[in-house]
Amino acid sequence: MALTVLLPTALRHLVGNQDAVLLSGKTVAEVMNDLVNKFPELRKHLFNNEGRLRNFVNVYVNDEDVRYMQEENTPVKEGDTVSIVPSIAGGNIAAIEETFAGIELSNDEIARYSRHLIMPEVGMEGQKKLKAAKVLLIGTGGLGAPLGLYLAAAGIGRIGLVDFDVVDFSNLQRQVIHSTNDVGRPKLLSAKDKILAINPHIQVDTYETMLKSDNALDIIRPYDIVIDGTDNFPTRYLVNDACVLLDKPNVYGSIFRFEGQASVFYAKEGPCYRCLYPEPPPPGLVPSCAEGGVLGILPGTIGLVQATEAVKLILGRGRPLIGRLLLYDALEMKFRELKLRKNSKCPLCGENPTIKALIDYDQFCGITPPAAAAAASKEKTVEMTPEELKDRMDGGTTPIIVDVREPHEFDICRIPGSILIPLGQIPTRMNELDKDAEIVVHCKMGGRSAKAVDQMRKAGFKRVANLTGGINRWAEKVDPKMPRY
Amino acid sequence: MPIRLTSEQLHQIRKQGEATYPYECCGLLLGHIVSDEKVVAETYAAENAKEEGAQHNRFLISPEAVRKAEEYARNQKLEILGFYHSHPNAPARPSQFDLDHAWPFYSYIIVSVKDGKAEDLTCWRMRDDRSCFDPEQMKGAESAVRHPESGVGSSELGV
Repeated sequence: MALTVLLPTALRHLVGNQDAVLLSGKTVAEVMNDLVNKFPELRKHLFNNEGRLRNFVNVYVNDEDVRYMQEENTPVKEGDTVSIVPSIAGGNIAAIEETFAGIELSNDEIARYSRHLIMPEVGMEGQKKLKAAKVLLIGTGGLGAPLGLYLAAAGIGRIGLVDFDVVDFSNLQRQVIHSTNDVGRPKLLSAKDKILAINPHIQVDTYETMLKSDNALDIIRPYDIVIDGTDNFPTRYLVNDACVLLDKPNVYGSIFRFEGQASVFYAKEGPCYRCLYPEPPPPGLVPSCAEGGVLGILPGTIGLVQATEAVKLILGRGRPLIGRLLLYDALEMKFRELKLRKNSKCPLCGENPTIKALIDYDQFCGITPPAAAAAASKEKTVEMTPEELKDRMDGGTTPIIVDVREPHEFDICRIPGSILIPLGQIPTRMNELDKDAEIVVHCKMGGRSAKAVDQMRKAGFKRVANLTGGINRWAEKVDPKMPRY
Repeated sequence: MPIRLTSEQLHQIRKQGEATYPYECCGLLLGHIVSDEKVVAETYAAENAKEEGAQHNRFLISPEAVRKAEEYARNQKLEILGFYHSHPNAPARPSQFDLDHAWPFYSYIIVSVKDGKAEDLTCWRMRDDRSCFDPEQMKGAESAVRHPESGVGSSELGV
């Protein structure tokens, strides 16, 4: 199958001063391979070291840019005209070059980074770039743990950590930067110790605070790259918006049960998180890992995808996940990829942005601040504390106890005498209960049971209360022998 | 291969660099090859397609814009000989980024614009092995042009 390939002036002297050559192939990739096989001089101009088309080489089939068809897999047929069209990029980045010009590696560091230094894609120059780089990790939990360990080992010169939590036993199943004897310690201190134990040549900055609208810009500003390892929507939007406003790449990852996602949101070169998700989901719709669980290994996989992307961005190597959403399914052991487009109407990074400063993210995500929520819930739902329930049980006036958790949670621990009706079955099974009886509903921490109470009140149950803090609070206050999870 | 520009064309490039300051300007050099010399017939200003935040130190002429310019050049019986761009508040020397994104054969004219005023203007061509840029001789308007003093070797660019 013969088809014509048109070449730009830049390449003609490398093919015997022809402006077009006849080649064959069934797809764009095959035609391009045929081209560089016949004219090997072209290869280094058209393909990068990874064998992919360089980002300034554009291929058109007839009049269509293959980026908008099937990229390299776009089929071609006899008689088609394939054009190679340059896009011309350049510019002065002296400022960036200067930042690592003064960086030197000691003999200890050269020995440490030997396996990097012998790779042409890293080498001394790349390792100095890593040393000059400043990366901020939001969260030192599931994603932050592998990120912190590997980025430290890779030689990132300055790592910032933002967290305000303390290490809990339930963290140890996945947050490998914390050890058993760190339980009860602030996560920041535990993480900093581990990072410096791996690599004493780097600087670790700690910010013991919750990232908020009034501190985010100041915390993020000194860093080159931000890595989002948070598990809640207000912070995710906050990190995204702050990164767009400050022109920083935001390496995103999220995890749930057996599935994960990763991408790089960099509004300068592609979409931001708001282009993908303009609005947050309704509060409570997407369960957190604390509610839904997560495979302990999963954040390792996703966190290391994020770490890889950060290192690639610093080295300026390879094809970043900008404009691509990587989806990982651990049960199927499959990676899929979705193409993301920049939304020209994005209120943050679109053509006519309306968001020009950070906003109130709790409000944006429909989450009222804790004090207001407590006040609101007092009006709506009647609460019963675990201590009150225990008194009632001891006094012989036990209400009906309904447990709305899942059966596998019921297997871990239960309050004696409770009836299991998982939240999803409440609408169809609440008629098993007496509408006039006194009922107390509980789950693990109080969120799901509040929804059940709400549904039951609407259905005419008059004396239904929510167990404050769920079975975890029960275990803490009433039954210390009960396991907490 | 030397490149020939009129002083009017060079003036145009400087003026455009000053007008777009503090952002980078960019455009194409259209003309003919006449007895082993690139003769520029006209400069063709292009829109900088880089997002606003990056325009102070990056430029991009999109493939669509290059195709449009190609079509224009074809109608005028001209060829694309090269490109020009400005370096706001930076020397008129190609950066590593320029080298990473360069095409062979084309002339790359760089004008340094300091505090809104065009200063040095230099012209470069990338070696066919992509190792570095060599200065390219500019002819026809010597008085307006300061030739680069030395080639940019790989050590200087840190390649």
